[in-house]
Amino acid sequence: MMNKTGAGAPGREPAVRASGLRVARGGAEVLRGLDFTVERGTVTGLLGPSGCGKTTLMRAVVGAQARVTGSLEALGRPAGSPALRRRLGYVTQAPSVYTDLTIRQNLDYYAAVLGVPRAGRRDAVDAVLADVDLTARADALAADLSGGQRSRVSLAVALLGTPELLVLDEPTVGLDPVLRRSLWGLFHRLAAERGTTLLISSHVMDEADRCDRLLLMRAGRILAEGTPDDLRERTGAASVEEAFLRLVDADEKEENENEEGERKAKVTP
Amino acid sequence: MNATRTLATARRVLLQLRHDPRTIALLLLVPVLLLVLLHYVYDADRGAFDFIGSSLLGIFPMVTMFLVTSIATLRERTSGTLERLMTMPLGRGDLIAGYALAFGVLAVAQAGLATGVALWFLDLDIAGSPWLLLLVALLNALLGTALGLFVSAFAASEFQAVQFMPAMIFPQLLLCGLFAPRDSMQPLLEYASNVLPMSYAVDGMTEVLRHPDVTGDFTRDVIVVASVALGVLALGAATLRRRTA
Repeated sequence: MMNKTGAGAPGREPAVRASGLRVARGGAEVLRGLDFTVERGTVTGLLGPSGCGKTTLMRAVVGAQARVTGSLEALGRPAGSPALRRRLGYVTQAPSVYTDLTIRQNLDYYAAVLGVPRAGRRDAVDAVLADVDLTARADALAADLSGGQRSRVSLAVALLGTPELLVLDEPTVGLDPVLRRSLWGLFHRLAAERGTTLLISSHVMDEADRCDRLLLMRAGRILAEGTPDDLRERTGAASVEEAFLRLVDADEKEENENEEGERKAKVTP
Repeated sequence: MNATRTLATARRVLLQLRHDPRTIALLLLVPVLLLVLLHYVYDADRGAFDFIGSSLLGIFPMVTMFLVTSIATLRERTSGTLERLMTMPLGRGDLIAGYALAFGVLAVAQAGLATGVALWFLDLDIAGSPWLLLLVALLNALLGTALGLFVSAFAASEFQAVQFMPAMIFPQLLLCGLFAPRDSMQPLLEYASNVLPMSYAVDGMTEVLRHPDVTGDFTRDVIVVASVALGVLALGAATLRRRTA
């Protein structure tokens, strides 16, 4: 297998590898047999409409999702292994920070939990504050921040342990264009400079072109995976959004045909 | 279990409270004011004040810690911070012990203030040592924390969490011997009161009230309350799941 980062170190399996991944929730199957890989050191976008299973997939990768069947590995270990807890960072869709603490107090606590030694904690916190551009607001109460600032605090928490795999659930939703650009800049810096793998979900298709690779999802299945150029070429579309829509149409058509076929089979004696 | 992570959690919980001075003031002052009220309610009956007052010194920490813990952990469950912590190298025991430690500190402050005011300003007359009163109060606080943590797993909202207070605490209050001696109750209720932890908490306070030395009954009461608290804390830990649907 080609190794993008060129490190050639042993054990450089893909950052995430899934095969036959299924998740049931409340009697319904939310993920319906997924096969995909996320290569190390890439920024991989997980795109699809709301409710298609993106969050469930991310929760499965970080080991927070119950009732996962099939095979799912993160950094070469079964997802949810205790050893992975210090190697991956997870940012939930809603900012999961303590609103009754200051930004610095939040980060101090999470750093202690992640096992950052006491002596290095202040530097670690300062570094992630600079990464998300919140140094000036370090002593503000999280409750007093804007929604966008609070989600950046949540992102800063995930950066604390310098994780190898970052799983970010819609980190740029609701942010202004300038901030979005600077965050995408940060994501690519993390991948290029630290070799971090980033799996980022979004339902905004215009963010697709900022990703190295894409996983397009619909209704609990992966419709397509590849680079943005691949997907455009394969579908003959001008944009990823159009490519996605064409894939959806083709998928729907196939589904309808299958259903019709089933109905006909029932009618014929 | 990891000492750094447990202490960091306790520190974080206390810092959260520090940003909420009104809650701290209510926690510390309400028991004192209620004792003052009780003092004047039993203006003519000092014996009744001694009995009810010393029992209340044990009941306050249990009730307040129950409420504070159930809301605090419910918030942790619903805000996503628990889910995040569970993907990190934090043991469930670290989280539980951190909470117990933080609220234990608060309970010591609360019980210390209430006991001090009761003994020195309200002439609460006890035969035993005030330190023993404090010990029972602290164990009651631990029990309240444990129960609060446990029920927060079954509450989907703050409304529900608050309603668990009358459901879990009031029956124990009615059966603990404060309103009627336990051995005068309908036999079925007497059996029930024998298995409820608050009965032992109040009994322990009464032992300190009546006897200058540590009695066998007092030792039994302390052991019962402490073991129930630890048992419920373990149950609470079991309700924290790394993987959720």
